[in-house]
Amino acid sequence: MAAKDMREPIESGCPDPWQYMHPSMRKNFGQWKYHEHPRPGVLRHVAYSGDEIWTVKAGTQRILDVFSLRKLCDIGDEFADGFVHFTLRSNIEYMVTEEARVQPLIDALEQAGFVVGGTQNTVAMISHTQGWLHCDIPGTDASGVVKSMMDELIDEFRNATMPNRVHITTSCCQINCGGQGDIAINIQHTKPPKINHDLVANVCERPSVVARCPVAAIRPAMVNGKPSLEVDERKCICCGACYPPCPPMQINDAEHSKLAIWVGGNHSNARGKPTFQKLVAAGIPNNPPRWPEATAIVKRILKAYKEGARDWERVNEWIERIGWPRFFEEVDLPFTKYHIDTWRGSRSSFNASTYIRF
Amino acid sequence: MAIEKHHTPMLDQLESGPWPSFISGIKRLRDEHPEARINEMTNDLLGQLEHSYETRKGYWKGGTVSVFGYGGGIIPRFSEVGGAFPKSKEFHTLRVQPPAGNHYSTKMLRQLADSWEKHGSGLVTFHGQTGNIMFIGADTPATQHFFDEVNEYGWDLGGAGPCVRTAMSCVGSARCEMSCTNELKSHRMLVNNFVDDVHRPALPYKFKFKVSGCPNDCQNAIERSDFAVIGTWRDDMKVDQDEVKKYVKTKGRQYIIDNVITRCPTNALSLNDDDSFTINNRDCVRCMHCLNVMPKALHPGDDKGVTILIGGKRTLKIGDLMGTVLVPFKKLETEEDYESMVELAETIIDFWAENGLEHERCGEMIERIGLANFLDGIGIEADPNMLAHPRQSSYIRLDGWDEAAEEWFERQAEQRAAG
Repeated sequence: MAAKDMREPIESGCPDPWQYMHPSMRKNFGQWKYHEHPRPGVLRHVAYSGDEIWTVKAGTQRILDVFSLRKLCDIGDEFADGFVHFTLRSNIEYMVTEEARVQPLIDALEQAGFVVGGTQNTVAMISHTQGWLHCDIPGTDASGVVKSMMDELIDEFRNATMPNRVHITTSCCQINCGGQGDIAINIQHTKPPKINHDLVANVCERPSVVARCPVAAIRPAMVNGKPSLEVDERKCICCGACYPPCPPMQINDAEHSKLAIWVGGNHSNARGKPTFQKLVAAGIPNNPPRWPEATAIVKRILKAYKEGARDWERVNEWIERIGWPRFFEEVDLPFTKYHIDTWRGSRSSFNASTYIRF
Repeated sequence: MAIEKHHTPMLDQLESGPWPSFISGIKRLRDEHPEARINEMTNDLLGQLEHSYETRKGYWKGGTVSVFGYGGGIIPRFSEVGGAFPKSKEFHTLRVQPPAGNHYSTKMLRQLADSWEKHGSGLVTFHGQTGNIMFIGADTPATQHFFDEVNEYGWDLGGAGPCVRTAMSCVGSARCEMSCTNELKSHRMLVNNFVDDVHRPALPYKFKFKVSGCPNDCQNAIERSDFAVIGTWRDDMKVDQDEVKKYVKTKGRQYIIDNVITRCPTNALSLNDDDSFTINNRDCVRCMHCLNVMPKALHPGDDKGVTILIGGKRTLKIGDLMGTVLVPFKKLETEEDYESMVELAETIIDFWAENGLEHERCGEMIERIGLANFLDGIGIEADPNMLAHPRQSSYIRLDGWDEAAEEWFERQAEQRAAG
């Protein structure tokens, strides 16, 4: 089609949410006074006007088919004034203005197979990346990992019995989408990329691939008479950063791409500054369709945290109090030389004191 | 006409268990949707996904797909095994920008669902990790048709590639007493100032704005955005002493001491003998903990504004970085206030576009050139709030010390004069 026949886009950018906001939220915008947590999955916010709004939060499969999306809309129309809000972790929230409408809404959601919970000191919905369903560089399928784990952690989503909220995240590669989590389940490759030298010259912009490597392990080379790239395997840290700009440098490996578990990432400023997550377990099989080994370790960590942490302590604060030696003991995980950081700034993670717990 | 369904024994195992199953949802599209195109597309999608589960490999490749007039916004996906799964061999995602704060009417969600099933696979996620609505699964012509349709009724594509990305903001003032700013306004003014940079990727790498209404930072802005706007306040927090006493009475003194007083990171709280609180507001760092525990008794002050941090990002290439304080406090009341924030963002993006290396995030550029040089480059004066502590290393030339010290005293005097 000729360019003149094409429709010019309207560059409207981010839409104004005002038109889609629950009327009580519009009316009391910026005028909220306090909130309560009457039961897991329900929040009650009270405005200075005296108005109150009851929020019911529910977990879904996140990747919604239009049937499920319309079901969620039906519930919103019948029980909640026709307005919804999505949280950062892809939960759906419904708002009603009277307490009497809360229970029928919960019943309708549960009856339709959605899970009410995820508020305050619960294990919140696992924040997840895309995986084999759609990503071009995934080492695993986050959707499947998350479904498998949430099946096992559903009681912790429904019942707010953790010391504080627990945010779990997943990442299907080492470099990209998943954020920091109290517990993070991330891909960790253990072998350098396998290079298809026949394709590199045609597919990859070689200087950008060389520049992408965090440890300068890639250099241009002639292989079998063709311009290609080679990897110094003694330097390579197997991060996979070269794979997105150069797909012939395949990093994913059915056997050697493993899962690693990290703990103690925390975005909030409450009680302490935001923290990065730390490696605790690696070499965990990437084992579809249910990933039982990874789930077992996550459950051990959650059990120890639930039993050992004080009210309001996030995972990082709990470990800071009890110390890393006891953490490894309590969750029954090996401590190895691989836990010692080797990247820039690593020295600040060493113990330069006599602070030892006995 | 009945389709030949792929055998999916591994995926079938993800249909058991109490959590809602995305596999069951995809199967509903395959088995129950009235349109044969969707049945066939989702059938082949399941076939390819099962193949991934069996071989533990992904089979999607990127490429170049966009809509007319834009250079980004679509995540192109071409199957490497399209011969075996032809109906889903093109399975692109459209990234569509959500309304600030992720509010929707069911009416609008239904309209989007109707448009999507007309052109795409019928699969959608609210929202992806960057914050977009992810309409997952459309062939190349359908991306244009779907975009044309939803663009007419108010929806635009988000960013993909080296560009300004879709922004995110918390529910904030719409439903949260902790909110110290109008998140929605900052979100839209910032990202909508850069629509050209969103739609036509031409920056060193991605650039993200995120807005959280308070330091609880529910949007993970400090770690996950290049430009984090976080609501805060600079006067005294508001204390309802009657409510404080009620908390103490209900929970007991020990609970309040163990969970509030001793958890303050700067020891700014005292529990008095009459069960009221004394708060040293000059020591308070606005961490939010005591407000979180006692939301009825403690509230942010009235002199509200935002803190702006720059340079947060995830691992690639030099490792994870938290954002760094650039503006300790900024009022956001008048239109000029907001416009000056947008101008700051423009200055930073221009400087980074000029000085950043290919595939280098803003925070990595700052790491490479040094914070002091970055501040010089964007014309912002150094402030002790930007640091956890001053330098520990003596390896620095200090020839310019006297002038810098003089300038500091001059600025202090100007600020005092300005009140």
